[in-house]
Amino acid sequence: MKTAVIVFPASNCDRDMVVALEKITGKKPHIIWHQDEDIPEVDLIALPGGFSFGDYLRCGAMAARSPVTKRVIEHADRGGNVIGVCNGFQVLTETGLLPGALMRNESLKFICKDVKLRVDNNDTPFTNAYAQGQVINIPMAHHDGNYFADDDTLQALEDEGRIAFRYVDDSGDATKSANPNGSRNNIAGIISRRKNILGMMPHPERLIEEAQGGTDGLGFFESMINALN
Amino acid sequence: MTWNNNVEITDVLVKEHGLSDDEYALCLEILGRTPTLTELGIFSVMWSEHCSYKSSKLHLKTLPTKAPWVIHGPGENAGVIDIGDNQAIIFKMESHNHPSYIEPYQGAATGVGGILRDVFTMGARPIANMNALRFGSPDHHKTKHLLSGVVEGIGGYGNCVGVPTVGGETNFHPSYDGNILVNAMTVGLADQDKIFLSAAAGIGNPVIYVGSKTGRDGIHGATMASAEFTEDTEEKRPTVQVGDPFTEKLLIEACLELMSTDMVVAIQDMGAAGLTSSSVEMASGGGVGFDFNLDMVPQREEGMTPYEMMLSESQERMLIVLKPGREDEAKAIFDKWDLDFAVIGKITDTGNLTLTFKGDIVADIPTQPLADNSPEYDRPWVKPQSKAELKNEDVQAPADMKQTLLKMIGSEHLCSRDWIWQQYDMQVMADTIQKPGGDAAVVRIHGTDKAVAISTDCTPRYCYANPIEGGKQAVAETWRNITAVGATPMAITDCLNFGNPERPEIMGQFVGCIEGMREACNILDYPVVSGNVSLYNETNGTGIHPTPAIGGVGLLSDSSKMVTIAPQAEGEVLILVGDTRGHLGASLYLEIIEGREEGAPPPVDLNIEKKNGDYVRAQIDAGNITACHDISDGGLYVSLAEMVIASKMGMKVTVDTGTIPSHAFAFGEDQARYILSVPADKVDLILNTANNADVTTQNIGIISGDELTLNSTTPISVSELLEAHKGWMPDYMSID
Repeated sequence: MKTAVIVFPASNCDRDMVVALEKITGKKPHIIWHQDEDIPEVDLIALPGGFSFGDYLRCGAMAARSPVTKRVIEHADRGGNVIGVCNGFQVLTETGLLPGALMRNESLKFICKDVKLRVDNNDTPFTNAYAQGQVINIPMAHHDGNYFADDDTLQALEDEGRIAFRYVDDSGDATKSANPNGSRNNIAGIISRRKNILGMMPHPERLIEEAQGGTDGLGFFESMINALN
Repeated sequence: MTWNNNVEITDVLVKEHGLSDDEYALCLEILGRTPTLTELGIFSVMWSEHCSYKSSKLHLKTLPTKAPWVIHGPGENAGVIDIGDNQAIIFKMESHNHPSYIEPYQGAATGVGGILRDVFTMGARPIANMNALRFGSPDHHKTKHLLSGVVEGIGGYGNCVGVPTVGGETNFHPSYDGNILVNAMTVGLADQDKIFLSAAAGIGNPVIYVGSKTGRDGIHGATMASAEFTEDTEEKRPTVQVGDPFTEKLLIEACLELMSTDMVVAIQDMGAAGLTSSSVEMASGGGVGFDFNLDMVPQREEGMTPYEMMLSESQERMLIVLKPGREDEAKAIFDKWDLDFAVIGKITDTGNLTLTFKGDIVADIPTQPLADNSPEYDRPWVKPQSKAELKNEDVQAPADMKQTLLKMIGSEHLCSRDWIWQQYDMQVMADTIQKPGGDAAVVRIHGTDKAVAISTDCTPRYCYANPIEGGKQAVAETWRNITAVGATPMAITDCLNFGNPERPEIMGQFVGCIEGMREACNILDYPVVSGNVSLYNETNGTGIHPTPAIGGVGLLSDSSKMVTIAPQAEGEVLILVGDTRGHLGASLYLEIIEGREEGAPPPVDLNIEKKNGDYVRAQIDAGNITACHDISDGGLYVSLAEMVIASKMGMKVTVDTGTIPSHAFAFGEDQARYILSVPADKVDLILNTANNADVTTQNIGIISGDELTLNSTTPISVSELLEAHKGWMPDYMSID
């Protein structure tokens, strides 16, 4: 599986994503600077976490207008696979590749902690290594992860099975108290209609080794190997 | 614009610049004439307490700074130690107290930014941030606002630059009501053959300014940090700098990219006293002069004067000496990162800092005497009296042991710090293998089996009660915390926060703490490699508790051997290491339960500390134990409760307290102690090895069930403990 990781000014989880992709695919991803006009032929483009352009203006808004982002959109339009984690998810909503928006956390504070996610659709290139309904532990670290979409969009996401991950409690229920940031319907990650684009706020790339406290993030990358190799 | 560099330098003007008559006389002697206004400003900031260490350096010189593994000790931007394989750890801690009190978010944020620059300017990629925070009483009307702003500022900056904030400590005490302490520490990783220093060299070499533009923010910040607070402190708000972590992130990447080439001769961040101190340090360090054309300095505001440019503390700026002819190549890197890059001058053989502005020379100062002949004071001091020993008979036994323990772990002193830590990205870089909440934070050296353990500690109530013992204890506690995760303690950085050094009793506290630290560093083979002094932490004549915050760093050569404070399985046996005497003087028990701050602190026997620690570390290294926790604030029972909270497993503890009253045994804060959790089949081995090493051990119980049972105390369920521990801070912060 050939991959590329896009680096915007002040991306800061780019190395973590590169390390995870290399560990799982055995191949070093292409690292693409945001001003590059070309992306080599790859199976997957990853938009990493961080604070692109300092999160000034609005998270992801300026990165969505970087030269390289046009190429990412073309890749996605051709059916190519794209993931956006944390700031990468924010960039995807700002480009319109995924619907909705990520607002400031309900508490108005940055929150870094491990959260439980339920895999609500395991029939995607990014979740097939998990069981349907499986509850996994993944770290989150963001200030603006409060997913919002209007009622119609939300209904469509639900009806079309496009909610990949939801924040849940230990027993797998999407309760209000299990919702760390105020996201509508406890949404932590969604996919595009064609299932080739995924955006999520928590960081699977931070939990792929026992030394990091667990390996629940591995399934995310293994899914892509299954689907894209 | 009316700006006159050649105004008459009156006595009033000299006073306003914080220079004493003697200091001004020295300034005249160095120049051989009356200074211009710009020159007066330069002398003023260079000789401020903050930049010159004039009250403290006499005593700082007595600290041990050498060891075979020390590559660079104090005197550089940060300390450098050897961790093998051509790798080095570079670290330092620094205060940003006064700005954080005036404007907590920006004060704390720029504190983080400043310490990051001290570390990456030496060629290191920052891999971890830590902090040590002291706030006033929770009842004080400003505490909530300050705690909220400081934590948000630390997070806001550190999270954006993508360096994990992995731990720290937070205390509350009324002595900080009018003067909080915000001490930030950065740990970085570099290759030993890629370490950059600040000493300029090469006559004619270009001097480059990179980073943010210069504005009027922070003018006289260093002078502000060198004066007491008074009622009108609020008026000093304009001297607080504003941070831009986005630019800092770009600056880190651009500088590291530049430093991966062979273009750099010397590099220095612009910290306190901005362009002035960076240029003077670089020039005097290399025995050369600098010729600057100030018109070339990138400016954020119109009409800036040379005085303002030289004294501005605008953030995110660096000064670089390049090899000749490499300007275009270097500029391309900074263009890529969208950062200003300006050749502002060149190196000369005059030894002077010569500043030209609009065609006129506005300052011409010999840098060597400015830096080297800065004032040094042997301030009068009185040996502080240790508080009298407290007799255990004078401390009542609590009516209900269970409620007492719950009250202690639910107090502001011992409650969970999750509310703080969750605002910090603790895991970015994906190498954090021990998060906050344990004894030390542990961060893996990327791509290796090695890891660094980091701990920041100080117990100011001990330092206040007896500065010498308190100084020893602060050093020993970091050493113990690093040991408790299995790492070998290597070196420390210090951040010495004290009141007004012109008062002999405050100076006595300073001298006492240094004496204790010196002794601890010597015996523990644990040198000081960098540090910072913050004096004048007073408001309206009341000083803070003496607070020599210590940041310790240790190395784990095999990170898979690391342990945490959480026991791993039912049936493990709890072993208490060290002697328990039931010392309640200056303890948290006394403060929380009886509301008394009395008594001498627990004595620190450094030889026993070393013996016990070396024993514990060897057991961790041999894989004989599954968890370890040092015993500090709150004593044995609090440490046991913390292990239960971390593991969510119960304990049955049966311990013979001998002749010691049970509450003194439970909550006494005797030093050099640890609790080990040991698989049952290793217990004999552990006890025998201890016996052979002359280390006191005691089998005190087992991991079992879902309750903490402590002798005859009513059992406490794990959930009761968790509940009591987690609530205080979120509750406190949620009330308007």
